[in-house]
Amino acid sequence: MKKIIANREIDVNEDGYLVDFTQWDREISVCLAGECEIVMTERHWEVIEYIHDKHQKEEPLSIRGIKKSGVINIKEFYALFPGGPLKKATLIAGIPKPKSCI
Amino acid sequence: MSTKVKKMLFILSKATIENAYAAFVMANGARMEGIESEIFFTFFGLEAIQKKKLEHLHVATVGNPGMHIPTMLGGLPGMEAFATKMMKKEMEKLDMPPIGEFLEILSDSGCRLWACKLAVDMFHLKEEDLIDELDGILTIGDFYSRADQEGCQLLFI
Repeated sequence: MKKIIANREIDVNEDGYLVDFTQWDREISVCLAGECEIVMTERHWEVIEYIHDKHQKEEPLSIRGIKKSGVINIKEFYALFPGGPLKKATLIAGIPKPKSCI
Repeated sequence: MSTKVKKMLFILSKATIENAYAAFVMANGARMEGIESEIFFTFFGLEAIQKKKLEHLHVATVGNPGMHIPTMLGGLPGMEAFATKMMKKEMEKLDMPPIGEFLEILSDSGCRLWACKLAVDMFHLKEEDLIDELDGILTIGDFYSRADQEGCQLLFI
């Protein structure tokens, strides 16, 4: 599927997740965050960087991982990305939705 | 991404580790999907929120056909401990947190944790016997009133 994000044609899947990470940049994140009614702050970017780092190392993301991350605690994670933080943070980060149940 | 389920209320009444994990995984999964969740611990489910007992929950090896252990053998001393150890090892491989850490994760994720007043009285438990993350001790009436909203589901485990 194609979707116009930040005035560009971007490839996304049926859930709206980017399928080609090379198309990602911060402008895309800001637009996707806006759709989730999230305004990006420095703290949000720190979390996005952590998520990119994990993704690059091919380490699965989980809530338990967030607890151990040293970047952010679970409470703040839920506060920054309300209503399903892992789903929303990965969407905004331009990587696939995590498949984990925990 | 919206769902018709707005809130999940779980009643955990058993002390077997697989039942506790079933409740915890579903309650945590709800929070991860943006769904409110709460757990009401009653009867033997209270073992999962007692500081001294929560890390010693066992899998049931007797009367559990899913274990594929003959009932006679399942009852032998040490069998439950052995089966539990094996199960915990497998769960660790999947990055499943131990009970105590899972309760912290649930609490931090905004899942409310309640103890049943009647069962607390019956087992002569005091508040200090229960985990610090507990949100309170409720009567079943109090718990029902928390369910009084649209899109709420109750699940007995």
